[in-house]
Amino acid sequence: MTPADRLDGRDGDGGTPAPGTSPQEGGHPPPALAPAPPALEHDVLRSLLGAWALAACSPQETAAVEEHLGGCGPCAQEALRLRDAVGLLHPPESLDLDPGLRTRVLESALQRRPARVPVPEWAAPYDTETARLDALLQDFGDAEWHAPVRLRWFDAGTTAGLRTTVAGVIAHLLAVDGLVGIALGLGDPLAQVLGDAAPGVAPPAERTEAYWRAARRPPTRAVRGPWREQSHAVVRTVSFTGGSSDALPVSYGGVELPLRDALLDRAFECWVHAEDIADAVDYPYDPPAGRHLHHLIDLAARMLPRVLAARRRAGLAAPPATARHLVAAGGPGRSLRLEIEGSGGGEWLIPLDSPGAVGSAEHEVAHVALDGVEFCRLAAGHVPPEEAAAGQLGDREAIRDVLYATASLSRM
Amino acid sequence: MPTRDAPPRWDHRMQQRLARGEAAALGELYDRFASLVHGLAHRVLGDEDAADRVTRDVFVHVWEHPETYDPEQQPLRSWIAGLTHRIAVQRLRATETAALAVTGSGGTEELERRVRRASVAARADYIVHSMPAPLRAALERAYFQRRDYRRTAADLGVTEDEARRRLRLGLQLLATAHDTGTPGAPPGNGGAA
Repeated sequence: MTPADRLDGRDGDGGTPAPGTSPQEGGHPPPALAPAPPALEHDVLRSLLGAWALAACSPQETAAVEEHLGGCGPCAQEALRLRDAVGLLHPPESLDLDPGLRTRVLESALQRRPARVPVPEWAAPYDTETARLDALLQDFGDAEWHAPVRLRWFDAGTTAGLRTTVAGVIAHLLAVDGLVGIALGLGDPLAQVLGDAAPGVAPPAERTEAYWRAARRPPTRAVRGPWREQSHAVVRTVSFTGGSSDALPVSYGGVELPLRDALLDRAFECWVHAEDIADAVDYPYDPPAGRHLHHLIDLAARMLPRVLAARRRAGLAAPPATARHLVAAGGPGRSLRLEIEGSGGGEWLIPLDSPGAVGSAEHEVAHVALDGVEFCRLAAGHVPPEEAAAGQLGDREAIRDVLYATASLSRM
Repeated sequence: MPTRDAPPRWDHRMQQRLARGEAAALGELYDRFASLVHGLAHRVLGDEDAADRVTRDVFVHVWEHPETYDPEQQPLRSWIAGLTHRIAVQRLRATETAALAVTGSGGTEELERRVRRASVAARADYIVHSMPAPLRAALERAYFQRRDYRRTAADLGVTEDEARRRLRLGLQLLATAHDTGTPGAPPGNGGAA
């Protein structure tokens, strides 16, 4: 009998015999020779061998087994074998896989055999960040899943917050990633929970709250599977639709982003919330790799002109200094130079007066320098604009407007 | 927490997607099996960097040669465990041989002993990882939490007879880690998943 045969029998039950232990071979001592009355039968003693090998019997049982082993060859043989096996039990190997290993392994493989269906470059940060978060969740027990997490964002000039749990954060990511899923025709994960009451395409906070409310109990670790399945399905689907789909509009219920930007946005949110979770359970968590971070910063920088305009309309940002700064679409406009330091950094010229204008070095009125991770924390609403550690030069009002606009990119 | 065995359909589909050159499939494969691969490699080699390299070699191999996996023969999980085992043992033998060459004196017997020990340890890990959850739970209680079998029975809500049966059967399965004659053979000869 090969080990495989024996293992294959595992789904049956106690019927799987180990070699040399079948009752026929086991050989009951003839009743006449048995000490009278036998304290424990051979069958019972044999059934105790596992517990005996693990030192999990009572002292009386242990003594009875050991006495029996002296006179029963097959049991003695099995006892030896099982005791050896105990020596093979080890605590599980180190659990923390280097999170950077995934990227290195995938890159080596793709160098050796280029993909015929690659993951689009703009989807790579989402692929990597969801994998990193999933690896963080890997060994969480119930205590971690229910650890309190405070979500923070910048709203109406101040930091807003909301308490949930680690599982609640994953439910939030599932609900909002679902907007990308809907746009790709993958179906709405909320529809499975909420049926017709699912909010469909709606702002992220609305979808999240609908989902949280609908569940009779707070979310549990069971939310991990659907979240991960959806993120895998998104990467799989955009790989097939490839470059042609990057402009596909994804509606956030009011705001619309092209698919490539929506996936950068989701990668950003995934990282930010992974950090929230890591903080809550006191684990270390690194920022994304430089080249992915660069994409995320670039998305924020590209969104700033629109946010500035919206804030100006709402009376929250200064109007253009003089009429001459009202520029024609596509023309150069008054600009702020955003210099991002560190891995993933770079320079961006942010047109200040109109989303239609083009950033221009000639019309630079201010210069802000920030570390990349600090900039992202500002954009996530985790650092108030007045506290962002930024080097500043030039028009103070422009700088203030841009820092506040960056913070108001954040949402729940 | 060990994941439950995937349905064979997943294995089949995965093999087709890898053969088709779908990078997203490689990512999913990594997400499912990296901790298994890395854990086994680490058990054999006892070194983080070496385990990282084996992990890379295993996934590169699967990506380059997806056709060498036959879903009819065995689950993908046990095939990957076997592949990991082979590659890790090869690496152990190579590094130990190199070390021997430096230190001189013929210690090939010692080398074979070490290779065998590492192999058995890795196979044992794999067996524990893939055995039915009720058996694993019983072993964990009795061994790691030092419960006697009566307490184990109470914890698991089963009869004392059943607790004894699970402990014995669990150890019988585990003992098969010693059984494969050739140290380079895959864990459980591929039947264990």
